[in-house]
Amino acid sequence: MLDFLRRIASLCRKELLAIFKDPANRVILVVPSLIESFLFGYAATYDLTNVPYALLDQSRGPASVELIAHLDGTGVFHRVATLQTQGDITRIIDAGDALIVIQIGPRFEQQLNAGESAPVQLILDARNSNTAGSAAVYVGEVINSFNAARRGGTGPPLTVEARAWYNPNLETRWNLLPGLIASLSMIQTLMLSALSVARERENGTFDQLLVTPFSPMEIMIGKAIPIIMIGLFQSTIVLMVALFWFKIPMAGSLVALYAGLGLFTLASVGLGLSISAVSANMQQAMLYTFMLIMPLILLSGLATPVRNMPQILQIATLINPLRFAIDLVQRVYLEGVGLLAVVYDLIPLLIISAITLPLAAWLFRNRLL
Amino acid sequence: MNETGMAPADKDDKGNKEGNNEARSGKGSKGNKGFWSRLISLTRKEIRQLLRDRSNLAIGIGLPIVLILIFGYGLSLDVRNAPVAVVLEDPSPMAADVVAGLELSSYISPIIVTSMHDAQRLILAREVDAIVQVPSDFSRRLAAGNAQVQLLVHGSEASRALIIRGYVSGALGQWAQRQADRGMAMRAGVDNATPGSVTLIERMWFNSANTSTWYLVPGLIVLIMTLVGAFLTAMVMAREWERGTLEALFVSPVRPSEILLAKIIPYFAIGMLGLGMCLLAARFLFEVPTHGSLLIILFSSMLYLLVALGIGLVISSVTKNQFLASQLALISSFMPALMLSGFLFDLRNVPAVIYLVGKALPATYFMELIRTLFLAGNVWPLIFKNCAILAGYAVVLLGLARFVTQKKLD
Repeated sequence: MLDFLRRIASLCRKELLAIFKDPANRVILVVPSLIESFLFGYAATYDLTNVPYALLDQSRGPASVELIAHLDGTGVFHRVATLQTQGDITRIIDAGDALIVIQIGPRFEQQLNAGESAPVQLILDARNSNTAGSAAVYVGEVINSFNAARRGGTGPPLTVEARAWYNPNLETRWNLLPGLIASLSMIQTLMLSALSVARERENGTFDQLLVTPFSPMEIMIGKAIPIIMIGLFQSTIVLMVALFWFKIPMAGSLVALYAGLGLFTLASVGLGLSISAVSANMQQAMLYTFMLIMPLILLSGLATPVRNMPQILQIATLINPLRFAIDLVQRVYLEGVGLLAVVYDLIPLLIISAITLPLAAWLFRNRLL
Repeated sequence: MNETGMAPADKDDKGNKEGNNEARSGKGSKGNKGFWSRLISLTRKEIRQLLRDRSNLAIGIGLPIVLILIFGYGLSLDVRNAPVAVVLEDPSPMAADVVAGLELSSYISPIIVTSMHDAQRLILAREVDAIVQVPSDFSRRLAAGNAQVQLLVHGSEASRALIIRGYVSGALGQWAQRQADRGMAMRAGVDNATPGSVTLIERMWFNSANTSTWYLVPGLIVLIMTLVGAFLTAMVMAREWERGTLEALFVSPVRPSEILLAKIIPYFAIGMLGLGMCLLAARFLFEVPTHGSLLIILFSSMLYLLVALGIGLVISSVTKNQFLASQLALISSFMPALMLSGFLFDLRNVPAVIYLVGKALPATYFMELIRTLFLAGNVWPLIFKNCAILAGYAVVLLGLARFVTQKKLD
């Protein structure tokens, strides 16, 4: 047993040396996750903070001025142009200068004063339908409050008191960064593990390793442990950025988080080593890994919710370790649940590890036969 | 490749030994003719190399197909019929009417539950997206004009929660509006003081179906071009640097620019193949309208592909290492194209620094252009501006690639 541990330890040391002897590697394992967590933390937002609009006011009465004052008062809408004719709308929307055009018809004032309903046209540039949809909802809220204000001092007849659990201001960042804790490290652990065997195979050193007294299982463990350490280290970088830079409060325990992440990294190393064992050279290993990473990330719920996907793809995500890892990290981080509550995330990760790791070890041995 | 053009160049050798025979044939011919024969045989070598390894084709052709299917069918930011639990603590018909108001919206489908406890259980199990709680004093306070409704959303999918919150409060606001109008109309008979109200008529331009597929699929073209141009090219070229096969070419009379050109041609072709697949899928599978001219779509895609190839070649020449090249290509071209180009997240809403980073990326300009060409049509000022920027990037990056690819060993 002691012998076994000693052999594993020396293998791990060899692997770590091989990875860290290249100064460029040392940089690439730290800097990208740092930069990406900053950039994406700031970039990933579906919240509207700046909506440039153009106004076509054909009524020019006190009511329309008041409506626009309501709009400007939000701080979100900024007028970039005041249009004179209907023909100008196309130009300003096409060029992308304004996201929305608000058109107030010539009879607006009369209609309002006559107690009729006075239509306001809202033209939206829906090249990004998501942004346009949010802007429409926002303008709708402004108009509701305008109507309520016109009714007189009693305030709106109905107020909606909205609260959000686990993410009070509904910031996309709060979901994204916990998601990145799992996904950024997965990109590199998969690549590293896929390359580790492929590189040795290409250089011919893998055959040397196989003739040593190490069993394939030991070789695999020796390759897996250093990569798991690197993966957890990268997760820690992103976690630090989330905690100390973006100040996203962590509700759960670190123990639960790292236990979950450890299992996830194990599963992704298993996946990477299996790829490594079936590819003939480094280039193949890398390309296959990349082919795998893309769907894994896209179908993980990182950028778009899993529940918006069609049923068939939702089922397909059941073999995606990242999907479970992201759910796990978000729940532990934001909702503060313990490991028991995320058992249905842990079990699939356990199954994936239990299949891929022995498979990789078996593939090591059986390629030489 | 053109066999007749090849014939005089490699009469002595069948061109199987790659690299080496170009050297000999190149020496024999002079000037322009030498350039063409060297280029043709080098390109032939590249194409052979490309076709020999299946993993290249998997990335160049297989991955675009997978991505088209995932992006077209899998990714969606649209919320339709989101289940919302409604807790009616007020048994009055007025409160029940609120549910009817919510049902009018096609974005939410209310589910009536009997207690707050049940509703919380449902939201924690993520079976509903939100809870609307109508308190027991609702109708009494509505009569007094200050009714309140609680709305609770689950925040762990902020984007979805945000949209649902908007829809629910919008639907409730409209309901209250109708109630108020009705009340006003009744009272109007007495004191004749209806203030009238503003109604909003929304018109979604360029995306009449209001579906995110329409803007995700054109954006996918950017991702696939980036993938083939930057990632695949960087890896393949870095492999040659790493294994020293490029050095073998250096001893031949081929010029660095010819080596680069011969690399660009086959990957350009693969990129165009990916573009073709995207266009076909957009037109026939997802029925995304193509309002702009196909010719300009093709032209601008070619420009961007050259930019991506330039990035790939520069990365490989600088790193000369496969792992580094792949990581750099991923970090500097693919991830930004996904996250910072306006593909998913609108650049208007990000902080100024991030906005500048986004604006420095060629992918941002191509993203804007291709989406406009698909959904809006030929907007000439935008086409000229963005094509000029892309052309500038292409010239600079390809020039840089030529500069860092020197025929010397370190």
